[in-house]
Amino acid sequence: MLVWSRAGRILAWTAAALVFAIVYGLPIGVIALASFSGQWNDVLPSHLTLVHYANALRGDSAEQAQVSIVTGFAASAAALICGSWAALALRNLARLPKRALDVLFFVPSAVPSVSVGLALLVAFSQPPVLLNGTRAIVLIAHFVLISAFTYGNVSAGLARLPPEYEQVAESLGARPFYRLRRVILPLVAPYLIAAFSLSFALSMGELGATVMIYPPGWVTLPVGIFSLSDRGSIFDASALTMILAISTLIVLVGLSRISSKASVR
Amino acid sequence: MATPVPSHLLRSDIATAGEARSALSTAAAPSLADRRVRGIGFKDVTVAYGGLVVLDALTLEVRSGEIVALIGPSGSGKTTALRAVAGFVRPTRGRITIGDRDVTNIAPYARNIGMVVQNYALFPHMRAEENVAFGLRARGASQAVLRERVAESLRLVGMEAYAKRYPRELSGGQQQRVAIARALAIRPQVLLLDEPLSALDAQIRRSMLDELAKLHRELPSLTVLYVTHDQTEALTLADHIGIMRDGKLIAFGASRSLYRHPPNRFSAEFLGRANLLPVTSVQPIGRGLAEVRFGEAVLAATNPHGLPQGADCLLCVRPHDLRLRQGEGGHNALAGIVESVQWQGEANSIVLDVEGHRLRLTCAPLGEPPEPGTPLALAFDPHVVTLVPETSGD
Ligand SMILES: Nc1ncnc2c1ncn2[C@@H]1O[C@H](COP(=O)(O)OP(=O)(O)O)[C@@H](O)[C@H]1O
Ligand SMILES: [Mg+2]
Repeated sequence: MLVWSRAGRILAWTAAALVFAIVYGLPIGVIALASFSGQWNDVLPSHLTLVHYANALRGDSAEQAQVSIVTGFAASAAALICGSWAALALRNLARLPKRALDVLFFVPSAVPSVSVGLALLVAFSQPPVLLNGTRAIVLIAHFVLISAFTYGNVSAGLARLPPEYEQVAESLGARPFYRLRRVILPLVAPYLIAAFSLSFALSMGELGATVMIYPPGWVTLPVGIFSLSDRGSIFDASALTMILAISTLIVLVGLSRISSKASVR
Repeated sequence: MATPVPSHLLRSDIATAGEARSALSTAAAPSLADRRVRGIGFKDVTVAYGGLVVLDALTLEVRSGEIVALIGPSGSGKTTALRAVAGFVRPTRGRITIGDRDVTNIAPYARNIGMVVQNYALFPHMRAEENVAFGLRARGASQAVLRERVAESLRLVGMEAYAKRYPRELSGGQQQRVAIARALAIRPQVLLLDEPLSALDAQIRRSMLDELAKLHRELPSLTVLYVTHDQTEALTLADHIGIMRDGKLIAFGASRSLYRHPPNRFSAEFLGRANLLPVTSVQPIGRGLAEVRFGEAVLAATNPHGLPQGADCLLCVRPHDLRLRQGEGGHNALAGIVESVQWQGEANSIVLDVEGHRLRLTCAPLGEPPEPGTPLALAFDPHVVTLVPETSGD
């Protein structure tokens, strides 16, 4: 504890709670409230109702939630596999080439997502590779945007792994694949799960690139929210936002429970 | 190399009853017959990191069933030598053999080596017994062999009761034992130990040292390369000791003879903190002794390295070989002035000034320790002091 006096501690906690409430609590609270409101002309809304949630479940929104979750899982799984593979393959590289490749991997996440969407649109709307208007292009966009984070996360985990574990395993007669399966992957499991969680959360919220490339019939929740609010249906959009936030949260909480189980061992 | 490897009896290699009982022929481990003569050979092994030579033309033989300790200050290349045997560094020159197999270009997992590293590196996500079973599983041993060997290895290090614990639930000494059991479970041809006791506190280190000696009595055919910077560990355990300095092996010999007759200044100082006095050799006087001149005094000492007449050399006197004398004169007598006296429990340590040179003497606790400034007469037995060439070893 940095603050020793009791009064000081109370003051510090109050200040922190206040900042937290304004920065995080207020926007979320307003949206939550909006998702239940029938009318909002005063400071507080009136005519509280569940009709927006009913709309959400009746309309396309249920399907949009499903699309988002499927896209998130598929893109995150692909990014996890490729990012881990790259991290494993490149970890013993000399410093300079490794630095160069690290930078290269992080380029997609440094470029605005709208630019990535536009780039994919331009690149794949001509033969020989014609992906324009397919679901694959959405997956590719998400993969491109999140794979840098999985690579970075797994690389960090591998860098923290003392080389002795693998060397002892090897001296005991374990071949490369056995070492990977029984020693390396279990030891970096918390990093793999963290990488997957981060990717999934990013993918669930992705709008910039998706809105440029999504085909009819493959609308993600953020795109749905965007078009609802564009049409002025703010309350319906709010209900959808709550659904997006809660479904993302449920998946992340589930993953973090697996992760803490993995790291306790 | 300074001393020739003394010839010594080859061990008969009869397995103990315990080993014979549990000798199960599986593809996972070499059969008993395979384990007979397994030494380690370094021939001209050179290792360089980016052009910087850290192991310089090491030639050394660890005979089957022997414990050889490599000692030397930090950075002298001991770990590098050990890692070269394990296969984690590739020599730029030279060959490494295990038994009669040249392993220089063989992958580490195919070398059949037991290795214990300084921080143990027990797999944190596996219980003690799973750690011990790891090598056998990796080699596809059957369940029956697995159970038997894991139990046997844990018993050997006295850790049966802790089989179900995770590494973080074990003390440093217990983790150490599990690490040794894990290395032994695969019945390695050679066991490599890199400063295995340095992470333990003094008392546990003492008892682990006894345990290691006991372990080797129970597994007399196990060849051990033991790296340490601690001379006590080396002298207690090893049959032969090699002394490393700046990537070079500057002395090698049977532990006792290396201690008694160090071949150069560095090994005299590193192994046993010797007193070294500059002397000039005068003449041989028979029975391996030579007369030397130290200032005005004429002293007698053993001359195992055959230093010629007139050579400038060092007289090596161990602190506990110096005796306090009553009166003046006599053979092998030195006169010194007390500089300081330390009481160390079971011994007294006295530092004296002898004609401008500092000498340290240890003796049984004195009833009335001398005051600093007191003149004292010293003497030593010519058979326990040695003439050492005035070279640092390179
Ligand atoms: N991977 C490495 N890269 C570069 N230099 C190294 C590496 N490993 C060891 N060295 C150098 O080699 C020398 C010997 O190291 P080491 O064998 O670990 O010494 P010791 O075990 O005797 O303390 C040291 O100077 C050390 O800095
Ligand atoms: Mg070392």
